[in-house]
Amino acid sequence: MSKIRVLVGTKKGAFILTADGKRRNWNISGPHFAGWEMYHLKGSAVDPNRIYASQSSGWFGQIIQRSDDGGNTWNTPGSSPEELKGPGGFPKGESNKFVYAGADGTHKWYDGSQHPWEFKRVWHIEPSLTDPDTAYAGVEDAAIFKTTNGGKTWQELPGLRQAKGNLWQPGAGGMAVHTILLDPKNEKRIYVAISAGGCFRTDDAGKTWKPITKGLKSPFELPDPDAEVGHCVHRIALHPSKPDVLFMQKHWDVLRTDNAGEQWNEVSGNLPTDFGFPIDVNFNEPETIYVVPITSDSLHYPPEGKLRVYRSQTGGGEWEPLTKGLPQKDCYVNVLRDAMAVDSLDKCGVYFGTTGGQVYCSANGGNSWIAIAEHLPAVYSVEVQTLP
Amino acid sequence: MIRVVLPFHLRTLARVDGEVELEIPAPVTVGKILDALENKFPVLLGTIRDHGTLKRRPFVRYFACKEDVSLEPPETPLPAEVVSGAEPFLIVGAMAGG
Repeated sequence: MSKIRVLVGTKKGAFILTADGKRRNWNISGPHFAGWEMYHLKGSAVDPNRIYASQSSGWFGQIIQRSDDGGNTWNTPGSSPEELKGPGGFPKGESNKFVYAGADGTHKWYDGSQHPWEFKRVWHIEPSLTDPDTAYAGVEDAAIFKTTNGGKTWQELPGLRQAKGNLWQPGAGGMAVHTILLDPKNEKRIYVAISAGGCFRTDDAGKTWKPITKGLKSPFELPDPDAEVGHCVHRIALHPSKPDVLFMQKHWDVLRTDNAGEQWNEVSGNLPTDFGFPIDVNFNEPETIYVVPITSDSLHYPPEGKLRVYRSQTGGGEWEPLTKGLPQKDCYVNVLRDAMAVDSLDKCGVYFGTTGGQVYCSANGGNSWIAIAEHLPAVYSVEVQTLP
Repeated sequence: MIRVVLPFHLRTLARVDGEVELEIPAPVTVGKILDALENKFPVLLGTIRDHGTLKRRPFVRYFACKEDVSLEPPETPLPAEVVSGAEPFLIVGAMAGG
């Protein structure tokens, strides 16, 4: 029987939840890296026991961790004794070193002036679909880095910041590359999303990037209706069988594109509110998508205190609330952008974590839910591995 | 032998219990302590001071003989008590937040 491993990053450490394919009884290990902010953990599709993790702290900065045994043990990449000494006898220890390529450059600051790029942390790690040693890191201030040696060293793909980076401006949550999607049918195509920056695509493996924002409307934040950058994209998602179809949860609005971002169309339909953070696609049904509506940009909790996932089985437009097993009164948590994921079993499992420390699982595509962890620190990210 | 006390999270990261002991030739300075510390525990690179600029991270402080020496130039010699090992050199996560 298949096994499920859920990787949960929280404000105060990481947790690993495991269950068999029935997804009823769960074991929890952790906290790993107790006390550190764990923005994201994700396993390699090629070698599921290889897991990359972003560990950070306002005091002590950024650490990259890697496990090669499914999360039982962890090491900073390149920390074996023979790897530590450089030619001069000094340590290399470069797995935590994220240095922008060339001149740091500047981006737009809150007061409209230009401000130098400053590395703060890694928000998201996206392992390659074909090589366990290759992974991409989305960082704050917004940029994308790549490793081809298992995380020992990281190099920026600077073409992204050349896509009008001087016009990007941080929002209240900072300015980070928080989503990286790899096209499973075209290894040279990558999508990224940046809060208050927008959505971008490369078709040459990261050398050059272009904004893909036609059809997005942000009248209050961006008076220019033709603005290519500056849209506050909260999350994008795709189904591996249809990588030209993308779904987007924007600051306000849920949208889809059927041509790899060349044109977006709103599909908010009958949602009670189209503000929110995560969006994801059912593994078995490419037109079934999930969002968690949040009251507004000023009230980051569910409408009416009812935690409801909304599902569309028509690729957007028509939505139904999914409530069975979820709190339907006095619930004032949020679900952050990287905190929803799906498994790949026959009855697709859907998972999400809350800022109140719950992790919920539905083993039937969203029809009903159980809490598989409670009382954790605020959940930043949820990723799922379906293991043989 | 120089005695260095790390904050909890850096002890965990470096996988050490208690104090760290370092051999450092005179004159002993903050900069030389950090060089030796990072040489012995490369995982600490970037956690106390910036990788490139070697500037102290904003919420890290250094103490010697109960004096805050965080703002002293890194080449400033440290007190004899730290050099002899009678007193530890403290690296502290500053109080921050609310």
